[in-house]
Amino acid sequence: MTFDTVNLIPVLPEILILILASAVLLVDLYVKEAEKGTLHTLALIGVALALAATLLVGGGERQVVLEGHYVRDALSDALKAMILIVGLLVFVYSRDYLRDRGLATGEYYALALFALLGMMVMVSANSFLAIYLGLELLALCLYALVAFDRDSQRGAEAAMKYFVLGALGSGMLLYGISMIYGATGSLALDEVAAVVAEQGLENLVLVFGLAFLVVGIGFKFGAVPFHMWVPDIYEGAPTPVVLLLGSAPKIAALALAVRLLIDGLGGLQSDWQGMLVILSVLSMGLGNLLAIAQTNIKRMLAYSTISHVGFIFLGLLAGTADGFAAAMFYAIVYAMMAAGAFGILLILSRRGFDAEHLDDLKGLNDRDTWYAAVMALMMFSMAGVPPFVGFMAKLFVLKAVVDIGMTWLAIVAVFFSIIGAFYYLRIVWLIYFDKPTTDAPLTDSGGVRVAMSLNGLAVLGLGLFPATLLAICQAAFL
Amino acid sequence: MITLADYLILGGILFAIAVAGIFLNRKNVILLLMCIELMLLAVNMNFVAFSHFLQDMAGQVFVFFILTVAAAEAAIGLAILVVLFRNRRTIDVEDMDLLKG
Repeated sequence: MTFDTVNLIPVLPEILILILASAVLLVDLYVKEAEKGTLHTLALIGVALALAATLLVGGGERQVVLEGHYVRDALSDALKAMILIVGLLVFVYSRDYLRDRGLATGEYYALALFALLGMMVMVSANSFLAIYLGLELLALCLYALVAFDRDSQRGAEAAMKYFVLGALGSGMLLYGISMIYGATGSLALDEVAAVVAEQGLENLVLVFGLAFLVVGIGFKFGAVPFHMWVPDIYEGAPTPVVLLLGSAPKIAALALAVRLLIDGLGGLQSDWQGMLVILSVLSMGLGNLLAIAQTNIKRMLAYSTISHVGFIFLGLLAGTADGFAAAMFYAIVYAMMAAGAFGILLILSRRGFDAEHLDDLKGLNDRDTWYAAVMALMMFSMAGVPPFVGFMAKLFVLKAVVDIGMTWLAIVAVFFSIIGAFYYLRIVWLIYFDKPTTDAPLTDSGGVRVAMSLNGLAVLGLGLFPATLLAICQAAFL
Repeated sequence: MITLADYLILGGILFAIAVAGIFLNRKNVILLLMCIELMLLAVNMNFVAFSHFLQDMAGQVFVFFILTVAAAEAAIGLAILVVLFRNRRTIDVEDMDLLKG
């Protein structure tokens, strides 16, 4: 293999993020405690540069480089750009929280950037090896970040649970990969796809490996019955970390599912469709029902995540190009909504106080009308109320499912999302019709208001004009 | 002559022991880390066996990557364990009950 420009140009965004993460580690050694803000600025500029590079090298024909391990296509361009945008939001929202608690160290930025790098590698992977390495880079950084607040008992416990279950999920995925490697004799996704198209369902080793693969994907998404880690991690981890691991990794997980199930094992669609139906129905049902019983808002949002994962699976299991595009649309939109919702929690938190309970949202409208409006917007959107983008996302996946004749599944999904609307609307009620329990000022210096406004307007604007984003998603599965 | 099936059965048994260990163990977190390690080694056994019988080097290269990642994973796992012990003074699985809903 040669390191020439043909190979390296498509990988430019990843190279930039890698340089940036290393630079942050180096700069961290030389800046004084009082000037740690430099790292924040550096990270923002670097991620913005990587975003620009993604758009610059993006577009055009599908390119496969680095000995077939890496692919740059319409899917990877769109998902990578979204991951970086969400990454920018994460850094902007979490600055005040980290600074107030003395957590704004170089390690946070370095780990978060390496996590971003892991996600980008997953998105662009074209072989089992690249997928595995990207996945582990992401997961290892997230384990460490969950335990980042070193004096927090809950953080340490959450990190331990996340580590054990995450490693179990990776192990399952890897076992599946080893079986598929054995059955097809190749690690490259296109060669695997060719063999699968030839042998199909006759090869039992292949089907056996597929089952483990789906279990691994279920773990990484946090779908029921592999969801045990999600609520505990959301509750125990520091809120900025939950913001990071609850938003962008969902996009990366979608890429994982698309690369493995569609690019690699598309020929076994009739097999994995049934498995995904089960995961999807259970996730939507259990997620929405258990969310109602929660009083901790981070835990509630965790169960809400689980139910949204069920909807993403609906699009995937449809098995049509429209269905995949709908799932991609849903994942992107969900990442944006989750970033907004957790961002509001960060604004409500202050030195020595974490906004975690539903009561902490009481009377937000009296404290700040604009943030109250944005939070209400996020909740309406997650509940799937028109004209917000959450409604459009749900509509597209449901349409994909109806199109393949599984109307019963669409009815089940609508039923559960109506149940789910209850707990989202309860939050809107608390924001507007309850008296605030405190009048402490909100923490939102350094462009948080601008970012949050853009985030909210994007959720509203994409709901009114979904065509552009939908076209991008559809172009990825032509 | 040891056949491919024998290796796969051995890998399967090791994997099953590891998964069972994770779910049955109610005592010590360090045992969980050992089970995770065993799980990855079972996968390595599969890869090497397939690689040998398919006459394809890619599988063995994958094993090197898995070994490296497993080392990093163990390092992070033990680091989390240290944080956990410092905060809680216990590493019993049963005592991990602060987070419940």
